[in-house]
Amino acid sequence: MSEFLQQLLNGLSLGAIYALIALGYTMVYGVLRFINFAHSDVFMVGAFIGYYMGKLVPENTVWGGLIVLVVAMLGCSVIGMVIERLAYRPLRGAATLNVLITAIGVSLLLEYSGQVFFGATPRTFPAVFPSVNFTLGGLVISSNQVVVIVVTALLMVGLQVIVYRTKIGTAMRAVSLNPKAAQLVGVNNDVVISFTFGLGSALAAAGGILYALNYPSIDPLMGVMPGLKAFVAAVLGGIGNIPGAALGGLLLGTVETFVNGSQWSTYKDAIAFAILIIILLFRPAGLLGKATIEKV
Amino acid sequence: MLTVKNLEVCYGAISALRDVSFHIEAGRIVTLIGGNGAGKTTTLRTISGLLRAKKGGITFKGEDISKLPPHQIVARGLCHVPEGRMVFSNLSVDENLAMGAYLKTDKAKIAQNRDYVFSVFPRLKERLTQAAGTLSGGEQQMLAIGRALMGEPQLLMLDEPSLGIAPKLISTIFEKIVEINKSHGITILLVEQNANLALEISHDAYVLETGTVAMQGPSAELRNNPELKAAYLGG
Repeated sequence: MSEFLQQLLNGLSLGAIYALIALGYTMVYGVLRFINFAHSDVFMVGAFIGYYMGKLVPENTVWGGLIVLVVAMLGCSVIGMVIERLAYRPLRGAATLNVLITAIGVSLLLEYSGQVFFGATPRTFPAVFPSVNFTLGGLVISSNQVVVIVVTALLMVGLQVIVYRTKIGTAMRAVSLNPKAAQLVGVNNDVVISFTFGLGSALAAAGGILYALNYPSIDPLMGVMPGLKAFVAAVLGGIGNIPGAALGGLLLGTVETFVNGSQWSTYKDAIAFAILIIILLFRPAGLLGKATIEKV
Repeated sequence: MLTVKNLEVCYGAISALRDVSFHIEAGRIVTLIGGNGAGKTTTLRTISGLLRAKKGGITFKGEDISKLPPHQIVARGLCHVPEGRMVFSNLSVDENLAMGAYLKTDKAKIAQNRDYVFSVFPRLKERLTQAAGTLSGGEQQMLAIGRALMGEPQLLMLDEPSLGIAPKLISTIFEKIVEINKSHGITILLVEQNANLALEISHDAYVLETGTVAMQGPSAELRNNPELKAAYLGG
């Protein structure tokens, strides 16, 4: 029983990170109807901003960790908006396939510029947050897991407030539902899209820092696998659906951790993707997605 | 108030408007009628900035608006209720109305406009928390018009408000259009396939045929025009 709970805890903290990245995929899909493949590399850039910031603040302090987190989030939201402005906005109105290919190009650009600037050798992420282990009735909880769960929970509540309680959040949902009608009530869709990229990229940066805290070896290609998993999580939950992305992330992280702890650990990724395929066979629109008719 | 001059619009290589000119005086109800594919919707979309004209000018209150993006056109008091209503289906009626006031910052004024919308369409007040997609077609049309009224239009463009609506509600909605025009002095540009109805409530009319103005004049006169009768009014 305690092993089960232990694995569940580990799984949820991994899933929380997938969820943070998945939210960015799903929000951008919501407003632009394409998958921003560069998103996983923004996650990587977030980790690297954290790495350099981590050298400037004292290690093992809560405030130092929070500064690292906030700076990485701000930095990545700017990068996300710049990517949108330079790479995607000129393609507004072009076929989705063109935008998709551009996204792959931006992704490769970030990965290999990362290798030029940061080098391909993995680096050890500094322990920016205090690192201690608690034992609670047989469960070993690391302070980093607590950080992951608390930070993720706060960010999700924050996101919920922004999307459902603010003017710009309502505009985001409006643009996602009907971009033309949004323009006709006076929304500048470019501003909303830019904001969405900023928001999603900030969450990816937070994901990058939290991931690096728990798997403290970072390199310019570190985003590829978690990014792919988070993309799967977003599709699993129903692409374009915000609670769906969170649910998909938690589910995928938990399943992966359980498989990893079993005798089939070698197949953990295969099993994770097999689950995706099975769920999509029965619910093609994802767990919380609504089946819609694609307009032509 | 609005002058459209020699408007030419293309979708790729296909020309949708060849040469459209018309003029709307403040305080009037003007209708554009014509068959399918005559270019009525294209005209409205070009005026509101969703489409760009290849040639021609659009002047609103003395200012050239033909190069402005849609949100800046709305800000100048020209609101467009699009064909098929386009309410935000997953948003509540309340949120849809709030989106209508997206560019407004004066809270007192917004509340006043909401009260005005509810006075015109009391039904919307009963449905406030309901998702817009669950409303009937007629109610969605009311919401689409209400949403546009929240933007304090001086010129309101309505695209096929009778489309897909229960016959009983059509007359209600047309009465409301007249009321909006009379009580608030809002100028109205109405696009309709139902030419009889449109000519009945409007002051002036323009008949579009394959991308150009084929006929124009006071609605009362056009209603008795034998040519028009044969083509659009069912004899």
